[in-house]
Amino acid sequence: MAYDLERYDTFDVTRYRDESPFKIHGGCGLMGICDESGALMSGDVAIRAMAVQRDRGNGLGGGFAGYGIYPEFAELFAFHMMFHDMRAKEEAEALLAASFAIEVAEPMPTRPVKGITDAPLLWRYFLAPHPEVLEEREMSAEDYVVQMVMNINARVDGAFVASSGKNMGAFKGVGYPEEIGHYFRLEEYEGHTWVGHNRFPTNTPGWWGGAHPFTLLDWSIVHNGEISSYGINARYLEQFGYTCSLGTDTEVAAYLFDLLLRRHKLPVELACKALAAPLWSDIDRMSADDAALMRSLRAVYGPGMLNGPFAIVLGFNGGMVALNDRIKLRPLVAARSGSTLMVASEEAAIRAVMTAPDVVWAPKAGEPVIGRVAGMESPVHSQLHLGAAEISCAVTGTDVSCEESLEVAV
Amino acid sequence: MQQTFVQPEFRVRIDYDKCHKCGRCVQQCGWGVYDFAERPIPHDEKCRACHRCVTYCPAHCITIEKNALAFRENDNWSTNLVKGVWKQADTGGVLLTSMGNPRPYERIFDKLVLDACQVTNPSIDPLREPMELRTYLGRKPDAVQVESDGNGGFRLAEGGGMTNNLKLDTPIIFSPMSYGSVSLNVHRSLAMAAERLGILMNTGEGGLHEDLYPYQDHAILQVASGRFGLNPEVLGRAAALEIKIGQGAKPGIGGHLPGEKIDREVSATRMIPQGSDAISPAPHHDIYSIEDLRQLIYAIKEASGYKPVGVKIAAVHNVAAIASGIVRAGADYVYLDGFRGGTGAAPAVIRDHIGIPVEVAIAAVDQRLRDEGIRNQASIIAAGSIRSSADAAKAIALGADVVAIGTAALLALGCHLCQSCHTGKCSWGITTQKPELTRRIDPEWGAERLTNLVHAWSHELQEILGALGVNAVESLRGSRERLRSIGLDEHTCRVLGVKPAGM
Repeated sequence: MAYDLERYDTFDVTRYRDESPFKIHGGCGLMGICDESGALMSGDVAIRAMAVQRDRGNGLGGGFAGYGIYPEFAELFAFHMMFHDMRAKEEAEALLAASFAIEVAEPMPTRPVKGITDAPLLWRYFLAPHPEVLEEREMSAEDYVVQMVMNINARVDGAFVASSGKNMGAFKGVGYPEEIGHYFRLEEYEGHTWVGHNRFPTNTPGWWGGAHPFTLLDWSIVHNGEISSYGINARYLEQFGYTCSLGTDTEVAAYLFDLLLRRHKLPVELACKALAAPLWSDIDRMSADDAALMRSLRAVYGPGMLNGPFAIVLGFNGGMVALNDRIKLRPLVAARSGSTLMVASEEAAIRAVMTAPDVVWAPKAGEPVIGRVAGMESPVHSQLHLGAAEISCAVTGTDVSCEESLEVAV
Repeated sequence: MQQTFVQPEFRVRIDYDKCHKCGRCVQQCGWGVYDFAERPIPHDEKCRACHRCVTYCPAHCITIEKNALAFRENDNWSTNLVKGVWKQADTGGVLLTSMGNPRPYERIFDKLVLDACQVTNPSIDPLREPMELRTYLGRKPDAVQVESDGNGGFRLAEGGGMTNNLKLDTPIIFSPMSYGSVSLNVHRSLAMAAERLGILMNTGEGGLHEDLYPYQDHAILQVASGRFGLNPEVLGRAAALEIKIGQGAKPGIGGHLPGEKIDREVSATRMIPQGSDAISPAPHHDIYSIEDLRQLIYAIKEASGYKPVGVKIAAVHNVAAIASGIVRAGADYVYLDGFRGGTGAAPAVIRDHIGIPVEVAIAAVDQRLRDEGIRNQASIIAAGSIRSSADAAKAIALGADVVAIGTAALLALGCHLCQSCHTGKCSWGITTQKPELTRRIDPEWGAERLTNLVHAWSHELQEILGALGVNAVESLRGSRERLRSIGLDEHTCRVLGVKPAGM
């Protein structure tokens, strides 16, 4: 690994806040694969699935997240970091060193790939919070990690935490996804769950942090679509303290999952029903109990309903959830082969990975496809107690969402 | 008596060459404009330009013209102001008028435009795809609580879901107009239409006539300062109860239905003696503060078996704080009536100079309730004046759950906005109790026209939603991102939470 460190001293790229004073429109391709037996598969699978969907992006963003990829450090928080210069790296490392036992600090393994230029400094750290610090602050490890992510993203100019969960990691940047995958040597990792994304933004982002997946601890979100209800979704989330500062639909989806799954403790099946609600005419035909439940979900979470075309995959330690909008305006195909469940924007991606799938189907509008790895918990950050402002700040690191939460954190 | 200086506003022109001399105009006019001596002879000074005679003249030989008397030009003293002075010098009285504020204040709705989808997200065809307008009116919990149903599924936990909400098939309801100010046939038309449309009519402060009991599940019963027509039995009948604090056309002003309008039926419905004046005090004399309001809300909930209870207020300067207090006092909805809202009778000075536009009231209240985290606790009904489905869509995008229409509904029944409801002589049989006039409205006919109107607006709302690329009205509700302003000043834009066009 030979970094040209000099280059980074003058490295200058914009971040979300500069990139998107207004809402970014974009289309995309995505994939998710999960071996419910927990068996591991190479990241090459994810690369192959995205490579055949190349035309769904325009080379301005690609990324992956893998789960179960760091079994040797399974109990440590894996920080995938991006630094724009050495100073940012030093500052961020000082913050990390003060709060965590750093078990490993190393550059991300990469290889030169044609088409990938202007990469930031990419490092990873395996961390354990000091138990006495947690005790002193009366915080869970998850809370503490999210606060650290928030601190780095908001405070350290030129540093960004791409992912921070346990036994997982996000690999993303500006380029086509197969290029990004090769660049990060993804075939050298093995995971039970992978998600991938190909971005087609209608602006020209230059910042690697802007690519999908978005992450929060061990959640990752990839998203293809355009939420036509963005305006009210964002206002609804503001009511609960989230700050939608990026102008991206993905951010809204991430916060809605956080609100419904973690804070309101809805089961993932019902959270999906709130986000892509069934039609009233279908609800009216349900059994009395189901209809009462769905009526309440729709009436209460109506402002959070994601309306407009989307396909989304939420990855987590323990599986994945794929969801289509309520009238299926964006493609999503699913397949199963033995214990392996796969979703993608195009069937080509499935055929590229599964030679003889047992079944291939088009999930119905609003019907979630849920993969659960045997023996692992459902997608709730059960030890995360932070409020919405801190979550917003951690995910985006932009000033507007952080002013308030940083006061509290320090 | 001295000659008044006030000259007729209109000229009634009859083309006598075409006139059949049938006398139908004489019979149709509620104002007594016509004498008949071989042919109809109009008295212009009585004409209200309601066009009843014009509409029903078999020869189409009547037209109404403005009496365009020239005055020396004066931008400061409009003709209306001059005539007002003359009338008050004649009578020494308060100038009375009806319907909504007609003055040329800024019409914010007309300076807002809606969005549409192009390329990056698709528009949706409402003729081929579901396009949902169903709306639930009332208090909702902040979160839904569920439990396992024992079969791998889930069900609502005890008390974990929405209760006590009113289902509306479209977010357009009828605004309160009392029996007494309008005729029973108007009430019948509204009630029948509300039932057919799956929406609500609102009794206004005059009580629920027993003929309307079959439609009681589609009626909001108003509790106003006069407390007319209320007892526990009637409270138990209505779908919801509404405490009327104020009205957009006359904020801070009570009401006065003269004794001559209190016939046997009105008397029975209002539960007051026949022929006695029905006086609604300006304030409720048991509500002098927000804590008093809370007591009344809960008293009504107790008395009605926990029906939803809403509170109607006029949009005034401090509307956001007032609405917040109302929600915290336990109301299930807040009804905001803008300064363009109609009335059956109000002092012109009040109607034309008090209150604020409903657009800014919706925006301010919706934002305040969100800032305080209590937006789910109450619905917002917006009215005064919603003139079209476009106004309705814009009101909903600003944050209203439901819009209420009064003037538009009366227009459907024949109203020509002559602003003379307070005279009780409505030739269209709407705002009168004279039997020879009220029978002009056949409730079946009225219900059909009202149903048509709301259906038409609902179809248009669906078209708008389709263009916006969403298929449920909750995705437009409060979505100010889908609005842009053209030519509104920066401060108003900020209050509305709307960006200027081009941004």
